[in-house]
Amino acid sequence: MAYIIDFTIVTFVFTTVMGFMFLLTWMERKQSAVMQDRIGANRARLFGLPPLLGLWHNVADGIKMVLKEDFIPPHGNRFLHTLAPMIALFFALISFAVIPFGGVYDIWGYRVSLQVLDLNVGLLYVFAVMSMGIYGFVLAGWASANNYALLGGMRASGQMISYEITMGATVIGLLMCYETLNLQEMTQAQGELYGGWLPMWGVILQPLGFILFSTAAMAETKRVPFDIPEGESEIVGYFMEYSGMKFGMFWQTDFLETVLAGCLIVTLFFGGWQVPFLTSDGFHFPWGTDWALPAIVVMLMQVGAFLFKVLVACFVLMLIRWTLPRFRWDQLMRLGWTMMLPLSILNIIVTGLVILLIRS
Amino acid sequence: MPIKKVVELSLWERTYVPEVIKGISLTAGHFFRNMAVHVAQLVGLAKDSRGSETYQYPEERRPLSPRLRTLHRLTRREDGSPRCVACMMCETVCPARCIYIVAGEHPNPQIEKYPVRFDIDVGLCIMCGYCVEACPEDAIRMDTGIIDLSSYTREGMMYDLKKLLQLSPMPAKTVKASTKPEDLGLPAPLATPGGEQEH
Repeated sequence: MAYIIDFTIVTFVFTTVMGFMFLLTWMERKQSAVMQDRIGANRARLFGLPPLLGLWHNVADGIKMVLKEDFIPPHGNRFLHTLAPMIALFFALISFAVIPFGGVYDIWGYRVSLQVLDLNVGLLYVFAVMSMGIYGFVLAGWASANNYALLGGMRASGQMISYEITMGATVIGLLMCYETLNLQEMTQAQGELYGGWLPMWGVILQPLGFILFSTAAMAETKRVPFDIPEGESEIVGYFMEYSGMKFGMFWQTDFLETVLAGCLIVTLFFGGWQVPFLTSDGFHFPWGTDWALPAIVVMLMQVGAFLFKVLVACFVLMLIRWTLPRFRWDQLMRLGWTMMLPLSILNIIVTGLVILLIRS
Repeated sequence: MPIKKVVELSLWERTYVPEVIKGISLTAGHFFRNMAVHVAQLVGLAKDSRGSETYQYPEERRPLSPRLRTLHRLTRREDGSPRCVACMMCETVCPARCIYIVAGEHPNPQIEKYPVRFDIDVGLCIMCGYCVEACPEDAIRMDTGIIDLSSYTREGMMYDLKKLLQLSPMPAKTVKASTKPEDLGLPAPLATPGGEQEH
């Protein structure tokens, strides 16, 4: 029975993540168009169904990607060229394993934590896997036998390393607040109320950390304000020599990393699956009203809340991606090393001092 | 060259965050307004609101300025025959040399000539409007509003007398829905002009 539950969770996470990726490819086109007063995709039809604001264009895109020629540059390394997008996609996918999309529930007598892998160093796992993803991009640049692609790969590694440090340093503030690396425990800790009414979400305890982390997470996704590795207008990027579905896999990686950034921001700073005032037996509002709910409803509400929060986070990330112009390489490095890293260290010091004051 | 002053960002602006929030609130405002219109139109509401600046071209045409030079037409006399007197002014002035006229003798000595052939190769035309300017009889105009001039063949871009005349409405008393030359109000040619074959 435990295997069935595990299998269900894995399937759910995989399909949800892929569904989000599918949705984001549509959102990318439609949202950017609508916020720029354009119309965007609205033509493709599937089996005579109405276009539904262009939702079927994803299917058309997928068919196009699959049917396209898979070109490998003659001087490139065939093996690495094929391997690179797989590495990138693999590491983007497996980093979702530790994200808790729901709390801990009793299902058929089993105590089930709604995440694929209940790891007590979950946060470190995410960072480790995200850093491994760089190999995909660097290998893509290297195996393409193209100087622009190589430059893109090098830029990707430089950018990821710079911003990973900020990201790691920012999270230390959270670790000091919640005193755990386990994402499930961290989410549960965020359900506690400060003074009986204010949920102790990460964004309330660590506002500066939230801004720094979301900036660094955006830089990790390599999307527009930080799209130096791609740099469409100057070097095209590490996927320059890719076509067909292999190019599509890099694109999927991009969207998966956006979803992952959204998941991390939600899990660390917006209470994950927590609904304010909702505990395992129903709502307990601070003004004294209680509203008891069956466990299954609570579970569905919490999972739904997590998905909704991730969707909103992805929306905001995409809003930023389509609003801001991109940084230059030197501006990116200056922002990363001279502004964000010192600020994140300051964040650690201030958090430490405040914790010390509260406890003494 | 005027000297461009480099505007230094203030400390508040250099923290980025408030400016980013200002920026995304602007774009989000556009998004939610437009998306509301799009969704309303999907279920058949708010037909008059526009959710975008885009004109969906083949289905939806933007209004053209009345001054815009579009496909030519030949205007008609009261009896429906072409006003053109085959004076060759337009053919002479045309910088693209896309007009080809063959003159014939008109039965009415007051009119003297009429076009037996009047061909415009729209594929060559540069839409300069000189033919309209040059015409002493107001016989050619470029006000049909037809802008989608395209064809799969070169022949399809050739507009002859019949086609150009049909773009003008028949005067009220002689309205006929016919395409035969005699019904277009063309007089029967008195003499076959020479050089008709050498086009």
